[in-house]
Amino acid sequence: MTSDEAVRAAVEAAYRDEWGQVVATLIGLTGDWDLAEDCAQEAFAGALATWPRDGIPRRPGAWLTTTARNRATDRLRRAAAGAAKLRQVAVLARDPDDEPPAEEIPDERLRLIFTCCHPALPFPARVALTLRTLAGMSTAEIARAFLTAEPSMGQRLARAKRKIREAGIPFRVPPAELLPERLAAVLAVLYLIFNQGYDEGDASLTAEAIRLARVLAGLMPREPEPRGLLALMLLHDARRATRTADGVLVPLEDQDRSRWDHGMITEGVSVLDRALAMRRAGPYQVQAAIAACHATAPDAAGTDWPQIARLYGELARLAPSPVVELNRAVAVAMTDGVEAGLHLVDGLAASGRLAGYHLLPATRADLLRRAGRGDGARAAYEEALAMAPTEAERRYLEGRLNSLRGDVEAGHPPSSVGRRTTDEEGTDP
Amino acid sequence: MRYVLLICDDERVSPTNEELWADPVHQAWWEDLQRRGSMLSGQRLRPVVDATTVRVRDGETLVSDGPFAETKDFVGGFVVVDCPNLDDAIAIAAGHPYARWGGVEIRPVWE
Repeated sequence: MTSDEAVRAAVEAAYRDEWGQVVATLIGLTGDWDLAEDCAQEAFAGALATWPRDGIPRRPGAWLTTTARNRATDRLRRAAAGAAKLRQVAVLARDPDDEPPAEEIPDERLRLIFTCCHPALPFPARVALTLRTLAGMSTAEIARAFLTAEPSMGQRLARAKRKIREAGIPFRVPPAELLPERLAAVLAVLYLIFNQGYDEGDASLTAEAIRLARVLAGLMPREPEPRGLLALMLLHDARRATRTADGVLVPLEDQDRSRWDHGMITEGVSVLDRALAMRRAGPYQVQAAIAACHATAPDAAGTDWPQIARLYGELARLAPSPVVELNRAVAVAMTDGVEAGLHLVDGLAASGRLAGYHLLPATRADLLRRAGRGDGARAAYEEALAMAPTEAERRYLEGRLNSLRGDVEAGHPPSSVGRRTTDEEGTDP
Repeated sequence: MRYVLLICDDERVSPTNEELWADPVHQAWWEDLQRRGSMLSGQRLRPVVDATTVRVRDGETLVSDGPFAETKDFVGGFVVVDCPNLDDAIAIAAGHPYARWGGVEIRPVWE
């Protein structure tokens, strides 16, 4: 007998660590995504029922995979139509207590993740499918995380699975000639999951994204970009606790660095170092390198701004975007002076490429304030305030406006000229 | 899997059949199809100025000039292919010259 509590803990751990692999194996065997999910679910329910009596198996993942596989065999046997699939499954049906050696269970998660993130699926469906099949999140949980009604999320998942089946999206790791573009699509999905969790303050979602990035990095040890993404997530997540205070955005320079998670920063830097050692730079590695500059600096003034400006230049080359140029302008302002930064920001504003993006006037406002141009700064803060999407950002901008007014009334110059920079968080592409 | 590739563009460029066959991109696409052994059938269609649309409403047959839908792009031809999966169909579609200025819609055959 094993205590219920121990079993529950073991099943929860197995769910976190093994769900994706059980589902992936079942999809690989049967080609049926719904059947795979149902049987995985049943296997976990079976674990809760039998492990208290029989004890926790030595390798829970193998037990669960085997049990799910046997469920699938039963179901397909009952639905006689699956004759061809049945032959496949029947060969593999076995006693769950007679655990197969680890090397006999191929890790199909890589095939699963590339299939979930196939470019023929709509982007939101890729995100939902990855969270459902690989991370084992329920439809309700995914709907909550993305502020969507559960029925429409359910529909999104069902449509995606149908398209995979009916349009013949292959369950495979793409061949070498497609890999760079398809890997970029996978990384974009994982980064979006992370950012959604980060922006909404949903720690379980960021944790899920980090877990998935870790799995991907582990499954693709020869590719530097998955490690770059993992490092980027760790370095951002390490600062999570200090990002807002009482619902107000706290810019990087004002964050209490002693409260950053230094263990996570150390891990992020070491993951990044291993990626960089492969000498194949990519946008995630460069962004992680920028995040590492911030995360390892003693304070804003002691930050290696010239290095950050160079890295943004490199990022603009690898993944050109006006948002990257805006970030580079901030680093240039810290390196070559406020006017140099303002010159770049004004050029961007004139191009109209960031029209409607609140961080453009917010950045301009910060630079103008530092240049001692209070009137221009006020106007730009007001412009940013009208566009800011989150309450935390609005409250931060209001605070800036109020203190500018206070400075003028009290007749003293802005308090932190030359020190403050725009919070770079959230402005990454 | 069988797919129909709908070759679409806005008809602003309308090479003759001879010009199309002389296009090295089209030749490479054709050779790729032959090498894959994927081609089942296909036809080039005349421009939409020669199209006629028929609808039956309340028992009445309505005949009108032009295409079914007023869109920017029109189907200018179709190819039926048989290939292992969507990635192969995407590769075939990407090789067609019209993909460079128009687009190719890949539709799985409803079997």
